[in-house]
This record gives sequence, C-alpha cells and structure tokens, in this order.
Amino acid sequence: MKLLLQIWRSSLGKKYVMALTGGALLLFVLGHMAGNLQFFLPPTYINAYGHFLQTTPELLWPARLGLLAMVGLHISAAISLTAANRAARPTRYAGAISSQGATLAARTMIWSGLVVASFIVYHLLHYTLTLPQVNGYQVFTGQSMDFDGLVEPKTGFHDIFAMIVLGFRIPVVAGFYLLSVGLLSIHLGHGVASMFQSLGLRSHVWWPRIATAARVLSVVIFLGYAVIPVSVLLGRGSDYVNDVRTSGKGTHLSPTSLSPSK
Amino acid sequence: MKVQLKVWRQKNRNSPGKFVIYDSPDLNPNMSFLEMLDVVNESLASKSEEPIAFDHDCREGICGTCSLVIDGKPHGPHKGVATCQTYMRSFKEGDQIVIEPFRAKAFPLIKDLVVDRKAFDRIQQKGGFISVRTGSAPDANSIPVPKDNADLAMDAAQCIGCGACVAACKNASAMLFVSAKVSHLGLLPQGQPERHRRVKAMVDQMDEEGFGACTVTGACEAVCPKSISLDFIARMNRDYLVALAKGDAKKPAAGGA
Ligand code: HEM
Ligand code: SF4
Ligand code: FES
Repeated sequence: MKLLLQIWRSSLGKKYVMALTGGALLLFVLGHMAGNLQFFLPPTYINAYGHFLQTTPELLWPARLGLLAMVGLHISAAISLTAANRAARPTRYAGAISSQGATLAARTMIWSGLVVASFIVYHLLHYTLTLPQVNGYQVFTGQSMDFDGLVEPKTGFHDIFAMIVLGFRIPVVAGFYLLSVGLLSIHLGHGVASMFQSLGLRSHVWWPRIATAARVLSVVIFLGYAVIPVSVLLGRGSDYVNDVRTSGKGTHLSPTSLSPSK
Repeated sequence: MKVQLKVWRQKNRNSPGKFVIYDSPDLNPNMSFLEMLDVVNESLASKSEEPIAFDHDCREGICGTCSLVIDGKPHGPHKGVATCQTYMRSFKEGDQIVIEPFRAKAFPLIKDLVVDRKAFDRIQQKGGFISVRTGSAPDANSIPVPKDNADLAMDAAQCIGCGACVAACKNASAMLFVSAKVSHLGLLPQGQPERHRRVKAMVDQMDEEGFGACTVTGACEAVCPKSISLDFIARMNRDYLVALAKGDAKKPAAGGA
C-alpha cells in the first residue's frame, strides 16, 4: 500500500502507470483490431466470434473490468500529470518559443487522448449497448434501427456483420470513427516509443529502432481500423444487408428495425 | 555591426515585467553574446539608465551560470553551445534579438534575466555522499571501470547544471539534469553503495521543487549546451524503479556496526 502511494505521488511513478496502462490498452487495441478484421471473411465468422464472446462471460467480464481499470488509471494519471506539468510553468514565455523538435504528437497527447476517450464512450453506446438513439439512423435516414434485433438467419446469433455495415453507412458515424482512429494512431506514434522510455527500456542503440517501430505500428493500427468503415462506404456488405431488407420474411431483422420511423 | 535587442525587463518578482527595445552601440562581430550585453549595459549606465541584469560567471562554457532564452531558444542559436560561447557573428547586422529569462515555477525570477536556480543545488545536495576512501590518492586503475561506462559517466558528468533543459521543456521538467546527475555516479563502481538511495532522494526532491514530468519530447536534449542524451532519463527511470521496489533501508536494531 505504501509502495502504491509512493508510485502515485511521484512523477516517475505516474509515468510508470501511464506506460503500463498504455501498454495494456495497446495490446487490447491490437487484439480488437485482429478481431475486427474478420469483417473481411464471410459474415458467419465475425458473428460466431461475437457469439463466442457474448456467451463466455468468464472471459468477457474480467476483460471488460480490466480494461475499464486500465482506462481509468491511464486517464487519471494523464490528467494529474498534465495538471502538474502546466503548474510547473505558471508564467508562459512572452515571446515566441520554438518547440525544439518536440513533435506535435508529443505536445498534444492530452488532446488526442481526450478525443479518443470521448470516442470510446460513443463507441460503447453505439456497438456494445446498441442504443438506437446514437447510431445516427433516426437523424440521417429518418428510419429507426434497432441493432440489437439483427439476427443471423442460419444460426440465430446476433448479426454483428450487418450491424457494422449499417452502422458505418452513416457518413458522420464513419467520419468520427476515422477521426478518432487517426488521433489514436498519432497518440500511439509518440506514446509507444515513450512507453519504453518511461520504463527505462532504452539505449542509444535501441532508441532509433523503437521510435521507428512505434511509428510503423501506429500506421498499421490506423490502416487496420480505418479499412473497415472505408470498405463499408465503398459498398462492402451492402448486398448482404439489402438481402436482409428484401428477403421480405423479416426473419433476420426484428420487425421494427426496418420500418419507417413512427 | 549593430543589432536591436528586445529584452525582458522586470524590477523584481512582484512587479510586472515587459519587453523593452534597445539599439546596440557599434559591436565587434567577434564579441561574445555576453560581451555584447556588457557593451549595451555600459551605454545604458552612461545614460543613467538601469543596466540589464543577467547571469554569468566563467564565460567559457563550464560553470552553467549563463542562461537566457535567445530568439525562443535557451542558450541561443547553436546546438551544444552555451550563451557565453555564442558570438555576435552568428547574428546579422540589424537583427532584432529577443531575450527572455528562463521560465519555470521552480526557477523564480529575481530581476530582469536573472532567475533563482537554487532548486538544482537542493536536488544535488539530496544526492548526498559517496563512500570512497579519502586521504592519499589511490593507485591509478586500482578499481577497474569498463571503458564504455567510464565514457558514459563522463558524458553525464558534462552537465553544467544550467537549467536550459527546464527552460525548453513544455512541462518545465528537470529530468535531463537530474538524470545526468544520477547517472554519472550510478555508472561508476564508486557510486554503487548509495546508488538507489541517491536516485530516490534526488527524484523526490525534484518533485518537491515543482518541476514537471517528462513527456519525452526531446526539447531538453536539443537545447542542452552539453548535449546530454535522453538515454540518461531512461537510465534514471530504471534506477528509480529498482529503488522503489527495494524500499527504504531498514533501521538497524542496535548501532548497525
Ligand atoms: C486506447 C486508448 C489508449 C492507448 C492505447 C494509449 C496509449 C498510451 C501510451 C502507450 C502512452 C505512453 C506512456 C508513456 O509516456 O509512458 C500514452 C501516453 C499518454 N496518454 Fe494515452 N492511450 C490511450 C488513451 C488515452 C486517453 C483516453 C487519454 C485521455 C486523457 C490519454 C492520455 C495520454 C497522455 C496525456 C499521455 C502522455 C503522458 C505524458 O507523457 O505526459 N491516453 N498513451
Ligand atoms: S542537462 Fe544540459 S541543459 Fe540541463 S542543466 Fe545539464 S547542461 Fe544544462
Ligand atoms: S558563463 Fe559559465 S557556462 Fe556560460
């Protein structure tokens, strides 16, 4: 307990917390990306994957709670460090001060982070809690849409594939997603390298490699996430959901999901 | 040559400061930046105006007393060069040169361009002693030191404690300074007995003084007149982690002898 307090009270200690929680979140971001990329397999794959997660609470809930703790710690350390950093220079320079090679990414970690945080909240409301109020359908198409009611006909599993397609068809939704993933990638372009530094895992031999690897990884993450909404906007899955719409039996979709708004 | 100075003037900590513009008298381009300020001050004094207060001592780049943010960069235009080793030939005829003091909560302003950097002294004092035999000089090489470590320790020991790293950092962080001071002993056999106690005490004092934390922007390294590397911050982070894990030393029950 004393050790934990010491860690939290010290600037270096908080940087360890930032680095470890950031690293854990990075692993999640990579795993989530791999899971999402099943979108490019036939719909049954991602639906079965989702079904597996939803029916395995002993895996799902520890992961959810763990992630919540990581995000909570990361954000509190970020805010507390940023506040201390600001307080360390109460009087700003009166003249222009050059950044001395400090990249924009490094100087704006708190802002890229806060946008990502707001995105995470939206993303959970959108695809995890599937609140019909936030998926943009009502506002942009005048139709109501219940993501929860999407059911894959063959298996009866929740039709995640259709949910993704219908979700990203709304350009504003896809746009906010792309913006957030872009900022996450900028956050990580600096953050991943910084994480090694904070934990002391750096030498003059390794630093250039770490810095390059961090940039490459952040671009890979951007592409791996961005490709999904972009492919939906370019038409992927539209046949699939149109079949759903025109199949007429209403077996896939709950009756309310495609009816015009009341 | 002549230049125009836009200098921060502030009577003391509690009165507001502002930029004042001065035209320099005729200068020799081979004057150092500080000699230029001397000449400007002479002309101010001859007009019974208050001379510009600025810090300086050795004027040969080894004491760390000179400071100044010159045109937005601590220690002026060059890389790895202190203000006192900057020469007027690095500027052009008619240039306007903006001069500001280092700004950080832990470096309170005293007057004009002079700030109080005693926070650094207090951090260094927290480092405490090292256990070496004093008295007659030891035989050369009686304690083997790997060449790589000796070189690295010398790199760290280059730090002159000027505070430019703090001045340049967006967080006013003193990590580069502290890491250099922690590392130059931490790398040598003579520094081992107190290694972890030292890093703990110095980092804690650094926090106490109100310096910010490190965001790994690299601005400190870019302005450091001794080009101290960010590698040392990683080394300090490692040592501090070990120090935290070890915890404080146990009080000996009886004398400890
Ligand atoms: C998926 C989400 C996120 C991931 C994977 C992530 C990852 C990282 C990593 C690896 C670092 C480097 C840690 C270090 O310097 O030791 C970092 C730093 C940082 N993160 Fe995040 N982060 C995420 C979300 C956020 C959020 C939501 C915020 C909101 C406030 C945030 C704010 C920051 C700040 C301010 C820093 C820099 C701290 C500093 O060096 O002073 N991050 N992040
Ligand atoms: S690390 Fe460099 S900039 Fe910082 S105090 Fe030492 S010499 Fe000056
Ligand atoms: S005056 Fe001593 S280093 Fe510049």
